This record gives sequence, structure tokens and C-alpha cells, in this order.
Amino acid sequence: MIKLIKKIPVLLICSQLLAYSHVLHAELTIEITEGVQSAHKIAVVPFAVPQGDKLTTDIGQIISQDLAGSGYFNVLAREEMLSHPTRSAQVKFRNWAAIGQDYLVIGFITKDNNLYHIQMSLFDVYKKEQLKGLRITVEATSVNMAAHHLSDAIYQKITGIPGVFRTRIAYVTSVAKAQNKHQYNLHVADYDGANPTSIAQSKEPIMSPAWSPDGGKIAYVSFENKVSEIFIQTLATGERKSVAKYKGINGSPAWSPDGKQLAITLSKDGNSDIYILTLADLSLRKLTRSYAIDTEAAWSPDGKEILFTSDRGSRAQIYIMPSNGQGSAERISFDGNYNARGAFSADGKTVVMVQGAQGNYRIAVLDLATRTNTVLTNGPLDESPGFSPNGQTIIYARRKGQNQILSTVTLDGLTKLDIQHTTGNVREPAWASRK
Amino acid sequence: MKINKTVISLFIMLALLSGCSKDVVKDDLSDSTNSVNDGSNNETYAYSEDGTKVTELNLDKNFSAAEVLMQSPEFLDPASPLSKRTIYFEYDSSQVLNEFIAVIEAHAQYLMTNPNQRITLEGHSDERGTREYNIALAEQRAKSVFKMLKLIGVMGNQIDIVSYGEEKPVALEHNDDSYALNRRVEVVYK
Repeated sequence: MIKLIKKIPVLLICSQLLAYSHVLHAELTIEITEGVQSAHKIAVVPFAVPQGDKLTTDIGQIISQDLAGSGYFNVLAREEMLSHPTRSAQVKFRNWAAIGQDYLVIGFITKDNNLYHIQMSLFDVYKKEQLKGLRITVEATSVNMAAHHLSDAIYQKITGIPGVFRTRIAYVTSVAKAQNKHQYNLHVADYDGANPTSIAQSKEPIMSPAWSPDGGKIAYVSFENKVSEIFIQTLATGERKSVAKYKGINGSPAWSPDGKQLAITLSKDGNSDIYILTLADLSLRKLTRSYAIDTEAAWSPDGKEILFTSDRGSRAQIYIMPSNGQGSAERISFDGNYNARGAFSADGKTVVMVQGAQGNYRIAVLDLATRTNTVLTNGPLDESPGFSPNGQTIIYARRKGQNQILSTVTLDGLTKLDIQHTTGNVREPAWASRK
Repeated sequence: MKINKTVISLFIMLALLSGCSKDVVKDDLSDSTNSVNDGSNNETYAYSEDGTKVTELNLDKNFSAAEVLMQSPEFLDPASPLSKRTIYFEYDSSQVLNEFIAVIEAHAQYLMTNPNQRITLEGHSDERGTREYNIALAEQRAKSVFKMLKLIGVMGNQIDIVSYGEEKPVALEHNDDSYALNRRVEVVYK
């Protein structure tokens, strides 16, 4: 395993999608802390920009970041490039083969009126052929997204897997204001943390954001009324609805795959149990009935099973049971002495969880067919893991020095990336399954 | 000794105040015909006989009954068990430790003597483990205290419970000393 560190500062431009956007600009740092030597070697040449244009978005750099963070690519540093072709006719394949590149990306931007035309070509250096050509026409505000669109095209052409570079994440930040006083924010941002927008603010804790399957809503827990309460917020309108405010705990919302129900944790009957809340009429069905803690439910992709954390066997472990309640709960986690907050991969074959052993909390994946447990991260306080929509990457929160930050790790554990938000502690990432 | 000193200093302050009283502006603002309120805020000002402008300020803070209660000697004096309003727990446990039973008993006695007094038991945990599990764990801690209070004779409707899990730490370091301070139930008088 090699260790390469690249720091790529990006100046973010304000997203005015929502009127109550709080973050005007922030400096985002993406740091690749570990990478793989065996990955595809690709050179992304800086795109040619129209003469005298004020476009500040560096498309080549965004594509480089996207590909490098995916774990499938080793991206050539710009200073190692011997030439900067921007048109196909300028490409000399042997020059790129000589420095060991498998693939080459070039491109240029033209402008008429307020529209940018961004043209990209992807080449196979050894076969000396073009694999893909794409032109995207956008307004200035969408150049960032167009760059991610190109990354998706390149990634899919080479790996055969759909890219996630146009998906979004949600996360919670906490900023200490004074002794025992905090400001909590729920943010939505591009998958790489760019263009963050605060969609909810409170002086009391905000927790457990969860995207609806269609990507249009977020369920979360807020203590704004000094008790826990589950809200559903529609992103397009900002409209908010309280869906659970029972006595005791109202926590851990998890959307059913059809978006019609939420699995939630309530303690109204004594101790924490999982309930199924039907959103149309807010009716409740009790799913677990143990005398222990049952919480942190997650649905299987087919909606037939629910996994959850329970300490019914004295320490927290992951259990799985039918979502219709017809059947008993089976324990599936046996490595480490603490396993919690499991989540299924999109194909339902793998479960990711927080695994505690010797006081160290790390992210582990469990292959449900082979029961193979693989630890992906180093701890000491890694939490809130979730799969990317294409199942190739896991996003999680970790402690780095005195701060909490978001990180991603590829399923082989070999490529790690930090996403740093400039203010406060960042935690509880949730990756939207739709673009 | 301490009390004596306090009493003595009180006497000194009173003596000083009475000595000053002759110089204090006499006009009672509320009675003054010169008082003005321009409507832009609630502050009222007036001119005393010597032409000095005197402004009645808005009150900074209204102390709640609970805040006043917490300033009373039985809640303030470190020697009183009621001054202890935090119960600490061991890692991943909601078992009340023996050393805190006397504290819980003292609060139980107070609540039984004052049946209109209400409290909230706030459950907290350290940062290890997952957030929602810690919400459940910290609620169990608060419920352990709740059960003990009820067993002694406190009425259930005097007690509310809220669990914050690891979301509201009092100690921000990432070490065992901090963790020990954060694993707690706070008894909050309302």
C-alpha cells in the first residue's frame, strides 16, 4: 500500500438554490490519504478556456479529484505532463505511453452568449483510439456539475460501473459557541462536499439525517423543542412536517425502499424498540419487543428485511429480521465486541457497520453470503457508515485530531479520502441514492 | 467563620448605602412628570432637579423560579446533598453506583416534600459507540434514576426524561477523564 497525499484546495461558489442558504463560500480540502498503485493510470490535461474568460472552475481538476477519490484511478500530477494537448489532433500517444499512462482526457471550452460548451475526449493510450467524446452545454452556474457529468462518463466507460459524481450528501455540523452552547446545522452538499447549503439550523442537537429514496426529502431528528422529534423536510420547498413526537426517544429514521414508511426508534412503551411508521396516516406498527435496546434500523433493498442494533445479548450487536414482523431476529455480527449502526449495500449482499474492539471503533463490512468480516478503517472513533449509490465507496465520519470530519473509503479499504468542511465538527453523513 | 464574614460585609455595604442616600437623585421616575418615553423602546428617561438625565433601563433578565431555587443555600451549599445534581455512570452501563444513592435519596426527599416541584432527568453518554445507540443507553441511565426516585416515593408526574446521548458533552477532550464526566444524568429543576 502506498501513501500519497494530494491537497487540492477548491474555492466554492455560493449556491443560491435555497433562500436561507447560510454558507456563502468555504474552502474545501479534499485529501487523498491513501491510494492504490494498481489502479488505472490516467492523465487529465487542463481544459482550454476561452481567451479572457473569467471562468474560475477548473474542470480538469474536478475530474482529476473525482477519479482519484474513486479508488479506480491513479491520476497523473500536472507538473509531470510533458505537453498540454486540448484538441485530438495535438495528441501524441507515444508521449503518454512513455510516462506509463493508460488513458488520456483532454478538452476545451467555448462560449457563446452566456452558454459554455465543454467538449471532452477520452483516449486509450495503448490502443491509440478515442473511447468517448462528449459535449455539454451549460450556464456558468452549472459548469461544476458539467465537470462531474464528464467524470461519470469517463468512470463508467472504463470501469463499467455507474459513477456517483453528481449525487449529493447530507451531514450535520456542530460549532461550539460557548460553554455548553452549540450551533447545529443540517447541510446538503455535492457528493464531494462542494456547494454546501444549510437546510436546518438549531441551538439544540440535530441528528440522523436520512434521504428519501427519490432524493427529494430528508428525515431527521431535532431537539429544537427540548425533546427528540422526527421531521421530514422537502428540499425543493423547505416545507417541514413533524412525523413523530412521542414520549421518550424519537430516533433513527430509515426510509423503506418504496418511500412510504419509516422505520424509527421509539421508547414510549418503556425501552427502545423499532416501529414502522406509515407516512400516509402516521400509523404505527411495533416491530421489535425485546427488553433490551433495539435501535438503528435499516431496510434491505427489497424491503423484506430490517437490520438493527440490539444489546439483547448484553453488548450491542447487529440483528436481522423480516420487516413484516413474521419471524425472529437473527444475530449476524460476531467479530469485535461491539457492532452497531449497520446499513445494506444497494445489492443487499453486504452490510457495513461500526465495529468496536479493544476500545477502537472502526468501519467493517460483512459479506452476508460468506460471512466474511473485513475491517476497512483504522479508528479510533469512526462512525455513521453508509454506501455510495453504486456500492463502490463508503462514506463515514471520523475523528481527526480534535475535529470530526467526513471521509470515504473504497470497499477494498485501499483508497481513503477526507472531505473537510471549514467550520465545526462534521458528522452523520448520508448519501442520497439518486442524482 | 464564613457566615460571620458575609454578615459583616453586608453591614458594611448597608452602612455605605445609607451614607450615600442623601446624594441619590430623588425623583421617582414613574411619578415624574418629566419622564419621557419616545415609543422607540421601552426605556423611560427623566431629568432630575439638577438637569441630570436619568434613564430607567430594561431588566436584563427575569430569573425563573428554578434559577432562584438553585441559588438557595440548600441547593448551593456544597455540604448539602442537593448541591450534587449529576449522577455519573460506568462505560456502557446504566447501573446506579452506590456512591450516588445518597444524592438520589436527597432529591427524592425534596420532591416528596414539594409535590409541585418538577424535574427533568437528562441522560448523557460519552462519545464512544454510535449516536443513536448512545441515545438509547443514556435514556436507560435516566430511567434508572427515575425508577429509584419513584421507589422512594416521588410521584412519576413530577419527573420528565430526555436523552441527549453523546450530543451534549460537558468535557470535550477525547480521553477517559472526559468520558467519565460525560457519562451522566443531570437532575434539572424546573
